[in-house]
Amino acid sequence: MIPSAGPLQPGVNVARRRRLQRLREAFIAWVLRACAFSAVAGLLLIMVFVFREALPIFTSAETQREANFLGFFTVPNWQPVSDVPKYGLVPLLVGTFKIVFVAMAFAVPVAVLAALFASEFASPRLREILKPAIELLAGIPSVVLGFFGLMVLASWLQSVTGAPVRLNAFNAGIALSLGILPTTFSVCEDALRAVPKSYREASLALGASRWQTAWRVTLPAASAGVAAAILLGLARATGETMIVLMASGNAALGTANVFDSARTLSATIAAELAEVVVGSPHYSVLFFLGALLFLITFVVNVAAGLLVDRLRRRLAGA
Amino acid sequence: MVTDVPTIRTRVAEVPPQDPAAPAVPPTPAHLIAEDFHLFYGTNEALKGVSLEIPARTVTAIIGPSGCGKSTLLRSFNRMNDLIPNVRMTGRLRLTDLDVLARSTDVVDLRRRVGMVFQRPNPFPKSIFENVVFGLRLLGVKDRGELEVRAEDSLRRAALWDEVKDRLDHSAMALSGGQQQRLCIARSMAIEPEVLLMDEPASALDPTATARVEELILDLKSRYTIVVVTHNMQQAARVSDRTAFMLQGELIEYGDTRQLFTSPHKRLTEDYITGRFG
Amino acid sequence: MSATILGQKVAALPRKQPRDFAGGAFTALSGAAAALIVLMTAVIIGDVVLHGWQTVTWEFLSGVPREGMTKGGIWPAIYGSVLLVVLMTVALVPFGVGAAIYLNEYANPDAPFTRIVRFAVHNLAGVPSIVFGLFGLGFFVQFVGVQMDRALGLDVTWGQPALIWASLTLALLNLPVVIVTTEEALRAVPREMREASLALGATRWQTIRNVLLPQAMPGILTGAILSVSRGAGEVAPILFTGAAYFLPYLPTSPTDQFMELGYHVFVLATQSPDVDATKPLLYGTVLVLLLLTLLLNLTAMLLRARLRANLAGRS
Ligand SMILES: Nc1ncnc2c1ncn2[C@@H]1O[C@H](COP(=O)(O)OP(=O)(O)OP(=O)(O)O)[C@@H](O)[C@H]1O
Ligand SMILES: [Mg+2]
Repeated sequence: MIPSAGPLQPGVNVARRRRLQRLREAFIAWVLRACAFSAVAGLLLIMVFVFREALPIFTSAETQREANFLGFFTVPNWQPVSDVPKYGLVPLLVGTFKIVFVAMAFAVPVAVLAALFASEFASPRLREILKPAIELLAGIPSVVLGFFGLMVLASWLQSVTGAPVRLNAFNAGIALSLGILPTTFSVCEDALRAVPKSYREASLALGASRWQTAWRVTLPAASAGVAAAILLGLARATGETMIVLMASGNAALGTANVFDSARTLSATIAAELAEVVVGSPHYSVLFFLGALLFLITFVVNVAAGLLVDRLRRRLAGA
Repeated sequence: MVTDVPTIRTRVAEVPPQDPAAPAVPPTPAHLIAEDFHLFYGTNEALKGVSLEIPARTVTAIIGPSGCGKSTLLRSFNRMNDLIPNVRMTGRLRLTDLDVLARSTDVVDLRRRVGMVFQRPNPFPKSIFENVVFGLRLLGVKDRGELEVRAEDSLRRAALWDEVKDRLDHSAMALSGGQQQRLCIARSMAIEPEVLLMDEPASALDPTATARVEELILDLKSRYTIVVVTHNMQQAARVSDRTAFMLQGELIEYGDTRQLFTSPHKRLTEDYITGRFG
Repeated sequence: MSATILGQKVAALPRKQPRDFAGGAFTALSGAAAALIVLMTAVIIGDVVLHGWQTVTWEFLSGVPREGMTKGGIWPAIYGSVLLVVLMTVALVPFGVGAAIYLNEYANPDAPFTRIVRFAVHNLAGVPSIVFGLFGLGFFVQFVGVQMDRALGLDVTWGQPALIWASLTLALLNLPVVIVTTEEALRAVPREMREASLALGATRWQTIRNVLLPQAMPGILTGAILSVSRGAGEVAPILFTGAAYFLPYLPTSPTDQFMELGYHVFVLATQSPDVDATKPLLYGTVLVLLLLTLLLNLTAMLLRARLRANLAGRS
């Protein structure tokens, strides 16, 4: 029998050590909890401080004389720096809608089809090419996509569509679609992959073709996740700034034609805020636009989150 | 092996005693006691009033069909179930004088006194040496010499020293499954617990490695109170002094191993050990 | 052909599954969609490399902009970007990793606090970057900075757009990235590792420090790198919080403004009086920015791939 190396750590010391250790543990747990709270604090601060700077629109008579809530929707023009500033949001809302619409119309089918391809049809080797390409695209800064839309895409598209101006809503929409493709694709593909293999096997065993299986079994099973992917794309498209700022031409026209130049809410903030006087009505209005953007994307994101939860529950329950 | 003993003894003698007031005797004999112990996973009652007394320095085997609550009982003795949300326990568990379930009981101290070896070997992705001294470092042992002595001692007791003494700095992940399991046993022993809980310690091992672990258990009995869960009744018969048979969360029979396997008191026990169900 | 089932006459089922021509076409279409994404990515990167590589010389990288930004280099922008990202990382990583550790190792997943934090992380990730810019201006510059000046009795020092405010704004923007990737990395550490450590008498924090964090390190690094890459490319949040159009000197204090690569691209592309003269510089700047972000991304991708391979190999 081999003797032991003697007793470990006399009892008195252990007790004192443990007491200190317990204090330290409690302190660390508290610090980590505070770190976790920082995300909540961040979100709350964003809300408070963006809304706070927009508040004069509702509270200050002086600001209201120049810019008021009703006027946002009744004044037809956005001309904040003329002698009589006009703060009509309609052209901006129309511009945002046009560009986002084009971007979604292009990005959603491409992303969903490509996700179907990646999860249902692609060989592992093809996936090895596709996934890094998507991650690369996701890694391209939006200012570079904006640059590409401005310098390259605009000329190509103009030569194809014959649009009167190079920089227009259509051009910005296509450039913007590049920015939202990766998110939409990834969320969509995750959802498709989460569908159990047994679903597919059941369908294939009934003699369905691979496309029929993908279209009628896998995609419906993942529908909540696909919807979430589309919503997340929508939220990103609505809030995206640099791409539209550079590729849209930025004229606040408010026409329905997608080949006219257009201006979005986000681009308006980016283009104008640096020049305004802090606390002026114009400043407040720009923060109001920010608050509006925050609210829109917040609602869309919450909806997307609920859909993802639902998908998870449904597949877990199955 | 015996020839090496003097070296260890002399080297240990060089390690200065940390506190002169410390008792020179090894840790007091442990004694695990469960009294009407219930455990609920949410609303599912996994243990339904278990009472048993485990004498110090014996090997106790817990047998029973899958899902009967063997692991659950074992993991209650070192409060490992605390990690699982929505676990509720009633009744009493004691380690000699310590109330295991009391709020005031320090689980870290408890787990230092009650070591555990798991079904699947789970060495850390660190070197063999760092695995063995992991618990010692936690206790604040910094002296390199003392760490080395204790590591060697634990590895010898786990009958692993000769196989790894030349590669203590290699990754533990490169060891075979059986070696990994003995390393995990050495790791548990390094902090000198009173009790060793083993949850199917040999079920992931081949017959040779299993035999080595069984020898080891018999060897360790003189120093530790050992509780071992097993599915293998021959194994229970070979290594244990006492055996507990559980069924659906209840302790059906508990007693001397030889007697339980040759002339069980309960019909259910007999059915189980003769393979008539489960 | 017909058959009788339950007394009803029905047409006999075909013996062979009809060929699914439409399906074949759609399958091909989905492949085309995937190919389109790859193609567009290649075109963007190819265009920038093709037009930019000749500009990127040592003089370009180390020089300062000259002659109304139609000549010279981009050193101040590179320097500013690096400084910005370093400060951001310093502020970001402790909070992000701490929050992830809390969520994964301490929090009860059903507790209201945990749900609120997760909700906040999810929605923080969705806040448009321009709103972060507004927030940075409204909170850091106009509130924190102005209050600091008032408290310290200074002239306008902190209460103006500055490096520090831009970094902090970007840090908040990237907080969800770090939290999510760190959590993923922690989740990937097998439960047995936690049990082994705790069973040896380790405290929770000792388990995290000695067992979990070392094993989760590649994943945490991935998150940090991804956020650095994102931080280096985001322009909207720094537009009003510290980025400068042109600065004749390099920033030396956290209250200085700074030039930044992404913003410099924007400036060259949209504010230049002579577009053709700046075009080579513009392409060169874009190439540098792209190389920087893509290399970071590539590193993160490789790290993550190795991490996943390790995990797959283990189980
Ligand atoms: N984490 C848990 N959450 C909920 N129920 C659990 C959990 N762990 C175990 N159970 C349930 O408790 C009962 C006892 O499980 P336990 O793991 O103790 O059985 P066992 O006897 O060790 O089985 P085996 O021989 O298969 O290891 C089982 O019915 C099991 O489903
Ligand atoms: Mg078990």
